[in-house]
Amino acid sequence: EKFGLGRPALPEEIAAWDLDVSPDGTGLPAGSGSVEDGEMLFSDHCAICHGDFAEGVDNWPKLAGGQGTLADKDPLKTVGSYWPYLSTVWDYVHRSMPFGNAQTLTADDTYAIVAYILYSNDLVEDDFVLSNENFLEVEMPNADGFIIDDREEAEAHFWTDTPCMENCKESVEITMRAAVLDVTPTETRAKKVQELIRKTKPEPREDAAVEEVKAEQAAVSEEAAAPAEETAALDPELVKAGEKVFKKCKACHQVGEGAKNKTGPLLNGIVGAAAGQAEKYKYSKVMKAAAEEGLVWSEEELAAFLAKPKAYMKGTKMSFAGLKSEEDIQAVIAYLKSFPQ
Amino acid sequence: AGPDPLITQVQEWATGTGDGVDATPYGLPIRFEKDVVRRNVEWLTADTISSINFTPIHALDGTITPQGCAFERHHSGAIELRKEDYRLMINGLVDTPLVFTYEDLERFPRENRIYFCECAANTGMEWAGAQLNGAQFTHGMIHNMEYSGVPLRTLLEEAGVKPEGKWVYVEGADASSNGRSIPLEKAMDDVLVAFKANGEALRKEHGYPVRLVVPGWEGNMWVKWLRRVEVLEGPVESREETSKYTDTLADGTSRKWTWVMDAKSVITSPSPQAPITHGPGPLVITGLAWSGRGAITGVDVSIDGGKNWRPARLAAPGTDKALTRFYLDFEWDGSEMLLQSRAKDSTGYVQPTKAQLREVRGENSIYHNNCIQTWWVKATGEAENVEVS
Repeated sequence: EKFGLGRPALPEEIAAWDLDVSPDGTGLPAGSGSVEDGEMLFSDHCAICHGDFAEGVDNWPKLAGGQGTLADKDPLKTVGSYWPYLSTVWDYVHRSMPFGNAQTLTADDTYAIVAYILYSNDLVEDDFVLSNENFLEVEMPNADGFIIDDREEAEAHFWTDTPCMENCKESVEITMRAAVLDVTPTETRAKKVQELIRKTKPEPREDAAVEEVKAEQAAVSEEAAAPAEETAALDPELVKAGEKVFKKCKACHQVGEGAKNKTGPLLNGIVGAAAGQAEKYKYSKVMKAAAEEGLVWSEEELAAFLAKPKAYMKGTKMSFAGLKSEEDIQAVIAYLKSFPQ
Repeated sequence: AGPDPLITQVQEWATGTGDGVDATPYGLPIRFEKDVVRRNVEWLTADTISSINFTPIHALDGTITPQGCAFERHHSGAIELRKEDYRLMINGLVDTPLVFTYEDLERFPRENRIYFCECAANTGMEWAGAQLNGAQFTHGMIHNMEYSGVPLRTLLEEAGVKPEGKWVYVEGADASSNGRSIPLEKAMDDVLVAFKANGEALRKEHGYPVRLVVPGWEGNMWVKWLRRVEVLEGPVESREETSKYTDTLADGTSRKWTWVMDAKSVITSPSPQAPITHGPGPLVITGLAWSGRGAITGVDVSIDGGKNWRPARLAAPGTDKALTRFYLDFEWDGSEMLLQSRAKDSTGYVQPTKAQLREVRGENSIYHNNCIQTWWVKATGEAENVEVS
């Protein structure tokens, strides 16, 4: 039964969306790219997360190395050590990368970046050029490393239907405790303890709540007052609100004592500072250019940048969409001001 | 103890008035419940844009997960896509490639079905040992909702699948695209193209306006912001079905196409985030059970680490590929317990121990850890995540 709903898809529409590439090369467009070009492109578009040599930064995926480790205690799964099909790499880079700027790479750029990833895994030489012509000739080391789901055979003994109900084992000992290395987020641990304390000490709740707030306020004003004099004028409420907003930035930026460059540069002293000054941080080309032209992160400039990073500076590495509310922007700037150095 | 002033004295709320209607045109839980929220484990991933958080299953009851606290998993962040801007394309090995608008989808005959959605990595951090103290973190990559939508079969039939078509490739409209290949047999069976969950529009974080529902199969295949279904001869072997969501065994070979989620259960209370606070006496032990292969037929509970078991009471008979709530109404004597639950499903599958799983799969599988969980409940009522012999 047909309902006659929808309309025929036009060839141009199918061409725009049907981009997936299969292991046999179906879907690959004509084109080529060299390891040499790939190195440049990788450095510009990929290295911020994956490292200059595809070795990975922080928790971002490592794309190279790990060959021969799959049976180890902690296997390192990379394109070279794990991925069975080269088509998967091409397809993913072309459609889903770079992170925060997807679907911007041309076919030739993609061939070049994939060639460089192969080179970083010692799978091709430095003069290699990858194209749709030689694509299927590349051999992936772990191509034969996969079997189709065999749980129904390999785990047939889990279908027991009548499991043991009594005296199923001699003795029971605790062999491992999560508390030993407890990696549970601290917020909930703290909350659990607070709850237990509250339950065992039934004091009037109104008063307790007021005291808590007072204590928090005191803590904030101490923090805010401690650094330099100029920050003494900061509104502690605003700083506190800004700390919350900064959670959105934390994935990439650090601020405060011991802050380091992460995916984004460290932000100590950023308000009022010249742009592009974090040591050893690899800024985008446009940020470097803006720095050379003397961009200073005044509160106004920073506010404009934070509202819509990509509109403010086309080509910035900052993949953040922007802070929608003016209040949030002012709060986060106040928070950043509380770290003058 | 003297008389309770909460009873003997007239309370403020019994004298004055409360909020009028419309105080919250779309309500949120009362402020006393603000702890019942999704939580993230920051060290797990590099960035919250490509990450996961966890359903607070320790604080919920029944089986339906409210959308507002149902776990989220994004690969390039949760996007905003208006119904007016939504398009769904069916192409590939079909008689007529088609494009549907959101409005078109609402004109097809619709179904309502309750299914669980579990991330293949749920309990994945526990492969090598007990790590996280809380059912939310060990088992919270799951939710269970009532979906309203159109069978994918209906849309494929509208386009007309050619005989050589054996697979479909489904992809989302977000920047990750997150494509997965699904055998045509499953696509024509129970897969839904859903636009409502628990009666209301999908939330942004769950794929508004349209997501795929792939009952019983790993959550990664439930593509959000679904924009295209392509009929193919073979699988695409995309990034999400080769480099991820494949299960590496002890010898270094890896299983692929491990789509089905095996039978599994967990006691949600008592548990580390839900300690016993009332002392000895009547105690409700409760938890959740589910199977991607069919319906839950029974759950057994052990208080001595798996030496002896007793059947729990199912709140309702298990239904196909949906969560089942179980209870053990128990008289606690105040002594330590090693609490476990063990699910059985309609195919005769019995949830294995961690040792049984490791024996077959080693410790590097990451995905599909459906082992029996142990909570060590101490005399104080506090509970800890442990492993037992």
